[in-house]
Amino acid sequence: MATDKFVTINSTAVPLPIENVDTDQIIPARFLKATTRAGFGDNLFRDWRFDKEDNPKADFVLNQDVYSGTVLVAGKNFGSGSSREHAAWAIHDYGFKVVVSSFFADIFKNNALNNGLLPVQVSEEFLGKVFKAVEYDPSTKLVVDLENQEIVLSATGDKESFEINPYKKECLLNGYDDIDYLLSIKDKIKEFEKTRA
Amino acid sequence: MAGKTLFDKIWDAHVVHEIEGGPSVLYIDKHLIHEVTSPQAFAGIDDRGIKVFRPQNTVATPDHNVPTVDQHLPIKDQLSRFQVDKLTENCEKHGVTLYGLNHPSQGIVHVIGPQLGITQPGMTMVCGDSHTSTHGAFGSVAFGIGTSEVEMVLATQCILQPKPKRMRINVEGELSKGVTAKDIILYIISKITASGGTGYFIEFAGSAFRNLSMEGRMTVCNMSIECGARGGLIAPDETTFEYIKGRAFAPKGDEFDQAVERWKELKTDADAVFDRELDFDAADIEPMITFGTNPGMGAKISGNIPTEDEIEENNLATFRKSMEYMGFNAGDRLVGKDVDYVFVGSCTNGRIEDLRAVAEFVKGKKKADNITAWIVPGSKQVEKQANEEGITKTLEEAGFKLRQPGCSACLAMNDDKIPAGKLSVSTSNRNFEGRQGPGAKTMLASPLTAAAVAVTGKIVDPRTLL
Repeated sequence: MATDKFVTINSTAVPLPIENVDTDQIIPARFLKATTRAGFGDNLFRDWRFDKEDNPKADFVLNQDVYSGTVLVAGKNFGSGSSREHAAWAIHDYGFKVVVSSFFADIFKNNALNNGLLPVQVSEEFLGKVFKAVEYDPSTKLVVDLENQEIVLSATGDKESFEINPYKKECLLNGYDDIDYLLSIKDKIKEFEKTRA
Repeated sequence: MAGKTLFDKIWDAHVVHEIEGGPSVLYIDKHLIHEVTSPQAFAGIDDRGIKVFRPQNTVATPDHNVPTVDQHLPIKDQLSRFQVDKLTENCEKHGVTLYGLNHPSQGIVHVIGPQLGITQPGMTMVCGDSHTSTHGAFGSVAFGIGTSEVEMVLATQCILQPKPKRMRINVEGELSKGVTAKDIILYIISKITASGGTGYFIEFAGSAFRNLSMEGRMTVCNMSIECGARGGLIAPDETTFEYIKGRAFAPKGDEFDQAVERWKELKTDADAVFDRELDFDAADIEPMITFGTNPGMGAKISGNIPTEDEIEENNLATFRKSMEYMGFNAGDRLVGKDVDYVFVGSCTNGRIEDLRAVAEFVKGKKKADNITAWIVPGSKQVEKQANEEGITKTLEEAGFKLRQPGCSACLAMNDDKIPAGKLSVSTSNRNFEGRQGPGAKTMLASPLTAAAVAVTGKIVDPRTLL
């Protein structure tokens, strides 16, 4: 089933300069009891975002009005730990389209790509520049151009290219779905099964 | 031409198709599912109006969300009950074998796979759970996947997957007394960090692994993901074949002998090249415990938490945040810290060998008054064995009580939550903030260390009590 096409993003960013953000922080296990994909954004970063009485914690970035936008910028090794796709769903459902970090955990990266959420891996140096620029001026914009595999920090003009495998890029740009692709080669799969019988 | 690694041999034999510049279409031999990461995948194939392609290759059990007391009663938590019921409904609808709650084969998905003989050398296996790497202990390529990928497997028995790089970790030598499989893997992760294996599939090689039981090998491979690796595997040998023989799904008679002949071929060629290779000496490994909030933050239990001088500049912020959460100070001595909870269980250390180790240690001793201990068998089969071997009785005499099988306080999805601010020594796999309950603090260790903590009430080097 087709998903939304990924278009070039020109947005302010939300900085989360913490390393090793694991999927238990992104969405704690006690919120995984749903049987649909919707609504996980309400509990994104639940225990960093709300206190025990469910009041927003003023010092957490998602509760600070100066920061907004569809790009989440985080420290290295983002998305480590559990394979829960709910983490990607929560980030996407909250409204983010891109996560920028200097390093992503493997399973999270796959899960994000399968949900139209683009993980953009940049150098430590570029990540540092983004954090600095956004902190200095939260209205700073980032341009994420998937077609040309380029991320630009508008304020300074700093840019960097990022990697993505050509198949996944094609899927995101066109809203294609992996399962449609796999179903289209089912005869090939059946042939493969015969060779192993 | 250079030889091939064991990982390459298995992976390459399962590639249905290579997409140019893209991922491989990988055929999956066995697919395990549970109640938490499968409902959206079943909903997806229902929306597409298709059926499960090869229902005989998927096996289901509820584990993450089940209570560990009164399992004969309906699940009290409405959402949990609904999720478990949904699994039953989906399995019935699509003809998938289900080991439901109270079935003699129910248990943590990574405990029951090997126990039933479903896990076999040379297979590709996946499950919507990162600890699927456990099955690599049998010389299989096994790894955790997301729900979209669960849907791919249900729909086509294949997934699209980029091929990881290869790493080999060699540990040679004899382990000292009181040092277990859990200590080896905690030691490795402390050396290579929680992200040191990202992008790789690890082969664990060397005499330290060859000398481990299958349970020990499963503990090691289980935690491959905790250094970020896609998975970990160990070449199968006589220990592997002996474990599989006679199990429900294992080949029987002549077929078993033929299978063993094939399985014996599953090893890395002498001239195969790895992208990264690391060597450790078993004699350097001591009982380990974690002190921070990722599994890479571990130290020998007899030592201290590192001082800030010992932490690299760019890791200082993470280290300080961890210390603040744990309520520890840099440089603190580990031994002697007061502990509130002990959790023995999980897909890492909830197997019979783990319960035996705990029972052997606590026999004739008593649980410390300040400790609340939760001992949770990994499966109904482990529970039965524990009863038959007198483990349950030994534990009761020492003041412990065996709960019923499930993932329990490893991820605290059910009611087994460590209260906020309390310190838990846990045989599970993750010490993330709030992993065992909001505000809970976790220190990861072996079942032997956990048992020693349970009777002393404090962090203790188990070797001093052996």
